[in-house]
Amino acid sequence: MKSFTYERAASVEAAAKAAASVQGARFIAGGTNLIDLMKLQIETPTHLVDVNHLGLDRIERTTEGGLRIGALVRNTDLAADKTVRRDYAVLSRALVAGASGQLRNKATTGGNLLQRTRCPYFYDTRMPCNKRKPGTGCGAMEGMSRSLAILGVSDACIAQHPSDMAVAMRLLDAQVDTMDADGVARSIPIADFYLLPGDTPNRETVLKQGELITSVTLPKPVGGTHVYRKVRDRASYAFALVSVGAIFGEDGTARFAFGGIGARPWRTQAADAAAPHGARAVTDAVLADARTTPHNDFKKPLVERILASLYRQQEERA
Amino acid sequence: MSANEVTRRGILGSAAAVAAASPLVGRAVAAENGSRSEKGSAMIPIELTVNGREVHFQLDPRTTLLDALREHLRLTGTKKGCDHGQCGACTVMLNGRRINSCLTLAVMHDGDSVTTIEGLGSPEALHPMQRAFITHDGYQCGYCTPGQICSAVSVLEEIRAGIPSHATEDLDRIVPSEAEYRERMSGNICRCAAYPNIIAAMRDVAGETQA
Repeated sequence: MKSFTYERAASVEAAAKAAASVQGARFIAGGTNLIDLMKLQIETPTHLVDVNHLGLDRIERTTEGGLRIGALVRNTDLAADKTVRRDYAVLSRALVAGASGQLRNKATTGGNLLQRTRCPYFYDTRMPCNKRKPGTGCGAMEGMSRSLAILGVSDACIAQHPSDMAVAMRLLDAQVDTMDADGVARSIPIADFYLLPGDTPNRETVLKQGELITSVTLPKPVGGTHVYRKVRDRASYAFALVSVGAIFGEDGTARFAFGGIGARPWRTQAADAAAPHGARAVTDAVLADARTTPHNDFKKPLVERILASLYRQQEERA
Repeated sequence: MSANEVTRRGILGSAAAVAAASPLVGRAVAAENGSRSEKGSAMIPIELTVNGREVHFQLDPRTTLLDALREHLRLTGTKKGCDHGQCGACTVMLNGRRINSCLTLAVMHDGDSVTTIEGLGSPEALHPMQRAFITHDGYQCGYCTPGQICSAVSVLEEIRAGIPSHATEDLDRIVPSEAEYRERMSGNICRCAAYPNIIAAMRDVAGETQA
């Protein structure tokens, strides 16, 4: 690890100010992704601002009937929350499909959203990577790309977004609430939160330096049947090859969000609109612009098979 | 083992203690406030409760909780396997919840409580899970065992607390089962593949404590 200075922030405002005023500063919450990357010197913060003690660990009802989830609520606590289990079950399901019990006890809501979009070449400092070192090229493009993204990719980067939780957040139309160093708060729809890689895969979100996630807000519950299906190389503690979060309505409508296939958690209006026409139609809609490699083109039929399985399960329920 | 028998742990422990050359537990402090480590990081004072005992030290902020336990407190029961949160050998309980001690910085835990394998039980008074691992032969080489035991104890508590897992069929009704144990233990790898016996130990303890 490169050396850094450390401070425990006393307030949201102070944390944002500290992170904005020191070049190379980073917030640290659970730290499960950041410290991992610091050990490999892929992340080399000069200063860490610890945001664990800011009282951002509550889950509250909003006046609109939704739910405000503090940025520091741990993944375990969010998955176990009674309201989340009842009204936003896909979020519970997605959370427990991710990582391990130890990691979920530490990882936070805000930190989960901000874990790096990453691939094995990002982790291997002997290989070129436009995300880790802009302009050096991409080792994955001609390399082993089996797990990598097929949607939203660019000539610079084909890394897939690794979060399960974020897929559910995208499905539920979450808003990411932040505060910047000037004390200005804003709410960012999760659809606009993640940037596509384009020519700058090193930039992953719209957040500014020093802008701190304070909470994630869910709109009021939409009802329906919530499911999260994750297919991976082993039964537990592995990233998704493909995952699908779905909410089936009682009127034949449905909405879908996808993990493992996109440079960000993936959802399209076209796929949701195709829902009454079944798995094939939804697959065609969501994968219209897919760009695969010989290693990861299996993800296209896998998307359809997962959807077909979810539809069949839904029919059996009805 | 007789008192004067030479052990690997004893040799390694004493060699490292000479190298560190500082009192490490109790009220003693390893470096003066404001001093710097070899690499130039400012040292930070930390107070932790480890296995019920208050400890104070000055640490380079880069020190992981795992290294603080092993290298500074000489609690070498907690193991360093991958050092990246993938194997679970470093699992300890932080404020009652299991975490990977390799993926957190000690400075982030000023005022927190940590329980390690040494705090769960002792050779004279084993924790029921430690006893069950022996009874059911839940290990071969033993390197992953402290992490497995800390996780196994936590898993039974998590199920009792109603925390769901990927193996939970009904989110409102969490029932102890082999499928639940297997899923919840996936963050602890055993290269000797003692998994069936680890599950047997957990089932044994769950039966005892739920009876």
